[in-house]
Amino acid sequence: MFLWFHKLGSPPHFYRIAGKWIPWLTWIFLILVAAGLYGGLILAPPDYQQGESYRIIFVHVPSAWMSMFIYVTMAFCAVVIIVWRMKLAEVVLISSAPIGASFTFLALVTGSLWGKPMWGTYWVWDARLTSELILLFLYLGVIGLHNAIEDKRVAARAVAILALVGVVNIPIIHYSVEWWHSLHQGASLTKFDKPSMPPSMYIPILIMALAFQFYYALTLFHKCRVELLQRERNSKWVKEL
Amino acid sequence: MAEFFQMGGYAAFVWPSYGLCALVLWLNWYVPRKQHDKELRQLKRRHKAERQ
Amino acid sequence: MSNRLSLGQAFIFLLRRDLLLALRNRAEYAMPLLFFVLVITMFPLALGALPELLARIAPGIIWVAALLAAMLSLDSIFRSDFDDGSLEQILLSAHPIAILVLAKVSAHWLVTGLPLLIVAPLLAEMLGMSAQAQPTLLLTILIGTPILSLIGAIGVALTVGLRKGGIILSLLVLPLYVPVLIFASSAIDNAAMGFDVSAQIYMLLAFLLLSVSLSPWATAAALRMSAS
Repeated sequence: MFLWFHKLGSPPHFYRIAGKWIPWLTWIFLILVAAGLYGGLILAPPDYQQGESYRIIFVHVPSAWMSMFIYVTMAFCAVVIIVWRMKLAEVVLISSAPIGASFTFLALVTGSLWGKPMWGTYWVWDARLTSELILLFLYLGVIGLHNAIEDKRVAARAVAILALVGVVNIPIIHYSVEWWHSLHQGASLTKFDKPSMPPSMYIPILIMALAFQFYYALTLFHKCRVELLQRERNSKWVKEL
Repeated sequence: MAEFFQMGGYAAFVWPSYGLCALVLWLNWYVPRKQHDKELRQLKRRHKAERQ
Repeated sequence: MSNRLSLGQAFIFLLRRDLLLALRNRAEYAMPLLFFVLVITMFPLALGALPELLARIAPGIIWVAALLAAMLSLDSIFRSDFDDGSLEQILLSAHPIAILVLAKVSAHWLVTGLPLLIVAPLLAEMLGMSAQAQPTLLLTILIGTPILSLIGAIGVALTVGLRKGGIILSLLVLPLYVPVLIFASSAIDNAAMGFDVSAQIYMLLAFLLLSVSLSPWATAAALRMSAS
């Protein structure tokens, strides 16, 4: 097991393995997305309160989950970088940031597109929206810091420290914002009561979430391969390609 | 079918959400693929130049 | 090096050195304070001088201005030491770097955070903040600004080696300031309305303890990275 892990950590090996896995991941992703969309857009009944507009949920909720999941993954990589200085973790951390930022952006935009018909406005200073926005800033900070430092290994360490500081702060920020919100809004108009969802609605959400996980894996592999090629330009294995 | 695309009058919100998702996800997939090809091409060219 | 400093002595020594340096560069260190006053002056000019409005938004204005002023001053924590190489000396020292970082951050706070405490009542008065809110204002500044310096130090340590660190610094640090901003301004708000503010003050104290105990380590790690 450890040997396998160690081997996976070597750039040429990972490069090859990732290349082999990408087609599979892509197909699984496509099948899952097709299933999720079919379930969500066609099979699931309209919501009795929100009509058809709630169908945004099938991309909105999985994006929001991914935005958090990816940050946690990055923080995990950060620990690996700081403790073991593993090159592959650096590559994964850096390659994850734009994907995470994309999902955060999507969660925000789909959220406000959903908010317009439901709440009558594109943006409310709702606790979740606000903390998601701050999460986006954190992602952009990671990307910005990485771009600003030229030496890629130094940049990776800097970003690792930042990601760890961020992950300690995310819960604090989240609860502060939630507390701030409950304080300022009183009985909130944004909390429409949610009856427990029927399976025909939440199963497509879960399928889409799974599909997004596969999507993350496959784009991560794509990005990692590029990053590896760029970093190891002069190494032997790259020349042999 | 037309009814499906109207989304009960919410088409202007539902479809842009899906469209934007598709666009962003596609970009995240397409750009690294292009970069990868470009990187490989550059490497090949350099490799050739080094040999000569 | 015959006489070796104990950790406490090293801490005091570094603190004194930084304070002395600040005293010599008074003009530079007065800038954030001036900036703080200027930003606050802009708000009545932009929003109109309605007394009720100003009194209502005074806590928010003062705290946002404090955040910006802190941002502006952060660079000075490590910049000059980085440029003249004394930072590397500090990193080579036999003492735990986190403690030395804490000394530098304390000096920074004494020079940039503490003066806010003196001008804030004046500005609060100008904005028409009610008298019963002013002790809370001072308390939040007393507890909150050290947190700003501590968290900011991480950001500066990460960006000190960069030529254009300033812009990226605000992107890194401002999101992390959100909790302080929320609790500090809401404490003042509550105090102005005559409510109990202990919950917010305790939260701020908790943040302070958390950042005192964690931030120096992160800063030290970041400094080692930047100096390498």
